[in-house]
Amino acid sequence: MTEKIILEVTRYHPERDKEPGLQTYEVPLRKEWVVLDALNYVKDKVDGSLSFRWSCRMGICGSCGMMVNGEPKLTCATFLADYAPGPVRVEPMKNFPILRDLIVEVSDFLVKLGKAKPWLIREEERPLTQGEFLQTPAQLDTFKQFSMCINCLLCYAACPVYGLDPLFSGPAAIALAQRYNADSRDQGAQERLDILSHSDGIWACTFVGECTEVCPKDVDPAGAIQQYKLTAAKEWMKSFLMPWGRR
Amino acid sequence: MPSSTEYSPRTFRKRVSTYWWLHRWPYLRFILRELSSVFVAWFVVIALLQIKALKNGPTAYTEFQEWLRSPTLIAVNVAALLFVVFHATTWFNLTPKAMPLRVRGKRIPSLLIVAPSYFVWLAISAAVAWILLRG
Repeated sequence: MTEKIILEVTRYHPERDKEPGLQTYEVPLRKEWVVLDALNYVKDKVDGSLSFRWSCRMGICGSCGMMVNGEPKLTCATFLADYAPGPVRVEPMKNFPILRDLIVEVSDFLVKLGKAKPWLIREEERPLTQGEFLQTPAQLDTFKQFSMCINCLLCYAACPVYGLDPLFSGPAAIALAQRYNADSRDQGAQERLDILSHSDGIWACTFVGECTEVCPKDVDPAGAIQQYKLTAAKEWMKSFLMPWGRR
Repeated sequence: MPSSTEYSPRTFRKRVSTYWWLHRWPYLRFILRELSSVFVAWFVVIALLQIKALKNGPTAYTEFQEWLRSPTLIAVNVAALLFVVFHATTWFNLTPKAMPLRVRGKRIPSLLIVAPSYFVWLAISAAVAWILLRG
């Protein structure tokens, strides 16, 4: 007789339900099972109508972010046994509109991410014949941490500022902007500054710091935002003291 | 709720509760940290009142000291001191996040940024205590 654990899962059908409710399922409690395994067990054996996003099962794709007992978690990296004897409550990520069951609508983030211009910007492209851009380990080290982001959006689910003010650019988008600003090959810092240094950008952040706490990849978005505030303040001082200088 | 179309499906958005900050300790700690700035301002007000009393002569200053000795004021100031210490420690601990220093390309450990802040704070506090208490 295998041990069992109770899952309390959010169910929401947009055409049928007025608001989301909880449904409980009993699943086997196996030592090697993560919360995602339990959800897949439900989908395979108990209730095929349960909807949730997942893909890689190894903390790389960033699809399976959910609230597990109120904390934003990658369900593929959250062991069921840690919540024994249960019950384990699995809910969709906070601060996002719910599409269905555990699936949230993330278009808002995708738009913001695009605005942060997370790619290498060059003032003038270099011909391929000139070879690659060389970078020292020290130069790589300045942005490597921020480049580990997998867009899982746990940081948005943890951020009360984003919950209260959906216009806020949010932790991951700013961290990724900082990732390219800190890259020695990039020349687009000025373009990103105009987008991020406004009231809905870095200045909306009140440094709660929970984005960094919940990040499964140790990206430290809170650190990125504070560093960016310093850069933006310095740029503002420069443009204030030397208005004839480069804007 | 806006009506749904094929390309923009109907979604459910939960309103954030006014008491969101009571639900998790890290959020409550954040709100307390923000609140602590009120007590920092309170100490500035006390200092300004003290200067005003000093300007108005010895009688006014004695009255000011009497006012400070009242139990209510002592209670308020003890609470204020606790909040200001909390304010200082939280910000000292957050400094390495905002200011990652690099020496020869390597990021120096957070402790090396936090520890000197505490050391300078203690040194200045000791100097102030020495000036005030030497009699």
